[in-house]
Amino acid sequence: MDRFLFLTFDGLSRGAVYAAFALALVLIWRATRIVNFAQGAMAVATAYVAYSVADATGSYWVGFAAALVAGLLLGAAVERVVMRFIDHSSPLNGVVVALGLVLIIQGVLGMIYGNEFRPAEAPFSRDAFNIGGVALLSRYDVFVFAAVGAVVVLLTLLFTRTPTGLRMRAAAFAPDVSRLLGVPVGGMLTLGWALAAAVGSLAGMLVIPTELGLHPTAMDVLFISAFTAAVLGGLDSPIGAVVGGLIVGLVLSYISGYLGATVAPMAVLGLLVVVLLGRPDGLFARSKARTA
Amino acid sequence: MTVLKDRVTSRMVAPVMRRRLNPFLMVAVGAVLVVVLTYTLPPFRTYQLATIGAYLCVTAGLTVLTGLNGQLSLGHGALMATGAYTLALWQNKFNLLAVGIVVAILVTTVAGLVIGLAAARLRGPYLAGLTLAVAVVVPSVASTFDETFNSDQGLSVILNPPPESMTVEQWQAWLCWGGALVTTLVLALVTRGRFGRDMRAVRDDETAAKLAGISIARTQVWTFVISAACAGLGGALFAVLAQSVSPGAFPLTLSLFLVMAIVIGGLGRLTGAVIGAFLLVALPAVAHEIGEASGSQRLEGNLALTFFGVVLVVVMLAAPGGLASLRLPRSWRARLSRKPAHRAGS
Amino acid sequence: MSALLEVDGLTVGYGAAPVLHDVSLTVQEGQIVAVLGANGAGKTTLLRALSGLLPPSTGRVVFDGADLRGVKVERLVRHGIAHVPEGRGVVTELTVDENLRLGGLWRKPQPPLAPIYELFPRLAERRSHLGHQLSGGERQMLAIGRALAAQPRLLLLDEPSLGLAPRVTGQIMALLRDLRDRTGLAVLLVEQNVRSALSIADQGVVLSLGRIAARDDAAALADDADLRHAYLGF
Repeated sequence: MDRFLFLTFDGLSRGAVYAAFALALVLIWRATRIVNFAQGAMAVATAYVAYSVADATGSYWVGFAAALVAGLLLGAAVERVVMRFIDHSSPLNGVVVALGLVLIIQGVLGMIYGNEFRPAEAPFSRDAFNIGGVALLSRYDVFVFAAVGAVVVLLTLLFTRTPTGLRMRAAAFAPDVSRLLGVPVGGMLTLGWALAAAVGSLAGMLVIPTELGLHPTAMDVLFISAFTAAVLGGLDSPIGAVVGGLIVGLVLSYISGYLGATVAPMAVLGLLVVVLLGRPDGLFARSKARTA
Repeated sequence: MTVLKDRVTSRMVAPVMRRRLNPFLMVAVGAVLVVVLTYTLPPFRTYQLATIGAYLCVTAGLTVLTGLNGQLSLGHGALMATGAYTLALWQNKFNLLAVGIVVAILVTTVAGLVIGLAAARLRGPYLAGLTLAVAVVVPSVASTFDETFNSDQGLSVILNPPPESMTVEQWQAWLCWGGALVTTLVLALVTRGRFGRDMRAVRDDETAAKLAGISIARTQVWTFVISAACAGLGGALFAVLAQSVSPGAFPLTLSLFLVMAIVIGGLGRLTGAVIGAFLLVALPAVAHEIGEASGSQRLEGNLALTFFGVVLVVVMLAAPGGLASLRLPRSWRARLSRKPAHRAGS
Repeated sequence: MSALLEVDGLTVGYGAAPVLHDVSLTVQEGQIVAVLGANGAGKTTLLRALSGLLPPSTGRVVFDGADLRGVKVERLVRHGIAHVPEGRGVVTELTVDENLRLGGLWRKPQPPLAPIYELFPRLAERRSHLGHQLSGGERQMLAIGRALAAQPRLLLLDEPSLGLAPRVTGQIMALLRDLRDRTGLAVLLVEQNVRSALSIADQGVVLSLGRIAARDDAAALADDADLRHAYLGF
């Protein structure tokens, strides 16, 4: 029972990271009908920035802030320079361009930093402290919950309470009508990509210390898990992304806890297949989207 | 290499001739060229030639899948790994190469059938996501069942020495190009016939294809299975070439390279697959030399990676209409579409 | 009285067969001008060209003394022009209230929505419903209300009667007439429903195959039996 509780909390902590990353995927999908396959690579790039800045300044938190800023800038740049010019006649075009970005980013990172795993330390202890005699949560888990919770709350406030959020939603749902109403749709898309990339960076910063460390391909498996979470929730639904992330986190935690950690990647694949074939529109989708 | 180019350009100049070219003749010419090349090129170049042949098996199958049928697979690197590991396990037990290659193809075909059945129900980014997951996850299988696959170290492949009259490289080149030429011949014949028409119809307009009585799912699954078999053969040949298999040889980037190769080669033509396979060997080789010249180890593999990525993005953004317009150069399409109008006018 | 909107020699489309050919018209302040014509006459194209969704090939569009050439679509509303597109253009994923707020979002400070809700009590009842839960008539009211929230001087209205019951169409026409009389709002009204449109319009313009076939006072157009038979089908 203790073990089950431990795995549950561990799964929720992982799931929170998946949720954040899936949220970033959903934000971009909703606005541009592109699944940003480059998001993992983009997040790794900003994580490298973070650890470079942290090394130079001696402060993890300055590096952490640098990652978020770099995420904003990288997201905006990717939208302005590349994604804006994609032809939407086939959904494959966006996929292939994003994959090209993956190659570019991984190649450039390898050239600058090399292809060895670099240790990435966590800002808080990852040893779980005891609650009622059971080791459940580490300080780091608490940090993860707080960070992801803050992102979810801030994004919710942004989208539901502010004029900019209303503009962003309108631009995503009905670009032509929004332009007639005076919404600068292009700017809203850039802002959306910037925000999504920053959220992706946050997820990267949270997950990298818990895995093998920094590496140009460090986010590949996380991307698959988050994609699974986003599809599970329905690619159009931010709430779905969060719930999907937590579900995927729990499932993977139980599987690696009871069957061994090496099974986890295959479990992700299995879960994705089950979700894609079994629940075609996701848990929260409003419309049929699978063939979009 | 120049000879390869000649073959390619001769086809490009005469697109109308294309249908009338006898695939058997082309394969025969190709075989003669390869034999001549293996006796003129130095060993290392011959080895590279062999590698092009192994890649060609995969890019040809992938070209048919993506270019002719419109399904994008990011998982073909993983299918290659399936073929390679199957061959390695078979060889280390029975050491019967010819049967081993057939077994590798069969096993990969079954794997392809499983993915293809799922893929036929998915479109666009969903299909890409699923196959991407396959590409990322399959290498980790080696660690999960490390008793069979020996984890990250991988397996070495037992091979008999080549016939005494040949060097190892010559034998490898003959073997790989034998596979590649058979693959292209089969694909050329398959895509010419009724099945080829069905594939294209499904790609262009699923509803219209359905109305014409074509089973969408069956066409898609069959195409996926065929291209998987090609990837299995390519993977098996790679195992022979490297005389070992390991997860590190089949990373996600391999799958992405394959996509890049067919996009740049020009989707949907088997000549494009030849160009793509050539680039897959030539570009890393060039990058390797630049890396050595600069003395930086970091440059080596990563330069090719970056270059592939840049080319992919630029090609996709420059081509109006993206992937679809890459199927034929624009001038051809303009010419082809103008022809009926001329006739009507005169 | 000077013209609020002046369209001069507008030609849209390419090649030998432009969709609009040499179209000129004016809308005065406080005037409703009806643009009539059969399907494919170029009515919607005219509105789309005016609001910049389609770039005009040649010709001039002057609004309140300012040349609109090169003005971006999203800036147009700041000049005082609100375009209600065909098919109503309600953002169906947003609530009624959000749709209305969107209309005046560019104004600082944002205009109050109370007058709009006063105008459309039905919308006030459904303010927290999503766009896709509304009926056709409610959507049309919402689209017009949203355009009015921008406090425009000219309303470009594309087929407001499309798919609506005659009673609802009548309500909307009455509302437009009332707005013109009370606030001096100018309306360029594209309609296939000729009777309804001419019943409230001051001026009428008949488009046929992309050209202006006739223009006159609304009452005169409605009385011209030959014209009605030739172009308007009643």
